[in-house]
Amino acid sequence: MSSKFKIITNGILTDNPTFVQCIGLCPTLAVTTSVANGLGMGIAATFVLIASNAVISLLRKIVPDEVRIPIFIVVIAGFVTVIEFLMKGFAPELNKSLGIFIPLIVVNCIILARAEAFASKNNVFDSALDGVGMGLGFTIALMFLGAIREIFGAGTLLGNPVVNFEPALLIVLAPGGFIVLGCCMGAFRAIQAKLASIKSIVSAAEASENCNDDKKECGGCPMSKFCSGGDK
Amino acid sequence: MTNLILLFLSSIFVHNILLSRFLGCCPFMGVSSKSETANGMGAAVVFVIMLASLMTWLTYNYLLVPLHLEYLYTLSFILVIAALVQFVELALKKLNPTLYKSLGIFLPLITTNCAVLGVAVLNMNEGYTLAEALVNALGSSLGFLLAISLMAGIRERIETNEGVPECLKGLPMALITAGLMSIAFMGFTGIIK
Repeated sequence: MSSKFKIITNGILTDNPTFVQCIGLCPTLAVTTSVANGLGMGIAATFVLIASNAVISLLRKIVPDEVRIPIFIVVIAGFVTVIEFLMKGFAPELNKSLGIFIPLIVVNCIILARAEAFASKNNVFDSALDGVGMGLGFTIALMFLGAIREIFGAGTLLGNPVVNFEPALLIVLAPGGFIVLGCCMGAFRAIQAKLASIKSIVSAAEASENCNDDKKECGGCPMSKFCSGGDK
Repeated sequence: MTNLILLFLSSIFVHNILLSRFLGCCPFMGVSSKSETANGMGAAVVFVIMLASLMTWLTYNYLLVPLHLEYLYTLSFILVIAALVQFVELALKKLNPTLYKSLGIFLPLITTNCAVLGVAVLNMNEGYTLAEALVNALGSSLGFLLAISLMAGIRERIETNEGVPECLKGLPMALITAGLMSIAFMGFTGIIK
């Protein structure tokens, strides 16, 4: 059972698609203007990941090696069309704000990468679990970025006003996406380096506490303090 | 005619495909560490986006619309693009080996480049005519070439800079740089109303 659990945590932590593997950047940058958008995109991508991983895993013994990529793409595109219909029907507002990035899930590298690296080699259940893990990792990353950008850029969280300073509009605009993601990725690396060097739970807890003190530097990245102190 | 020129300029500068629309970020980050490869990738993207926009426009307007199968656009566009890239690769290998050598390695990557599918979908959503679609494709892809070669130039210089903190080296620094470039490109917004 623990190996099944590991498949899921693998996607969330060790191989987090956004912060560790650095793939699927376009939707990450484009839709994280608010938590709700991040969550919507995350759910859509998770659905496609789970479904396409499962189907590709089912087909793995039938599909000839030479034409596997086009076949994967067709399967993925099919599920993307399904999710597009579902969104248009049940969440038209969200569909409007995600816009072009819904059809573009087809070319999201995360999905094709998991199909190629995991689903085409493992059984159906494990592949679906891998989809869950990767999808959750992606969703969490999107919501995290969305929260930072929404709080510091618009001064709200899930639409409710939460801060009493003047929000920096730039952070919800295009440049903010790049800068916030850059800072967070740096912070993630610094924390990983720190954790690897200290390797004790106590100091890990301290680290996560410290980062809360430092919210106002580095474009709103809560862990920016570690950027400068990221020695190995 | 002025309409087309405005569209051209706005798709290069105001709505730059990388810095304001966020399409094609993976190659933008992945292959922008050397000027030479960045220019190669940019040129290959210009070529493929132009061809793909033409083909997807024809597919949509002469195949999907008459058959009332508009909802299959995602599926058919990605297939058209994938097939097109394969053909281009084969043709280039046969007809122009020198060009193939410099562009060839980038071609397979382009199938999953969201800029190509993105421009095709944008053309469809905006209901552009064929001329408008092609102008938009040319502008967007030149915008891609411009941004990726600027980026590569900047990253080459950052590499030699020792002031960058350890954890920001590489991708995080590139992202922050892209953010600053994007701020600069926001300055173009006023040109076109």
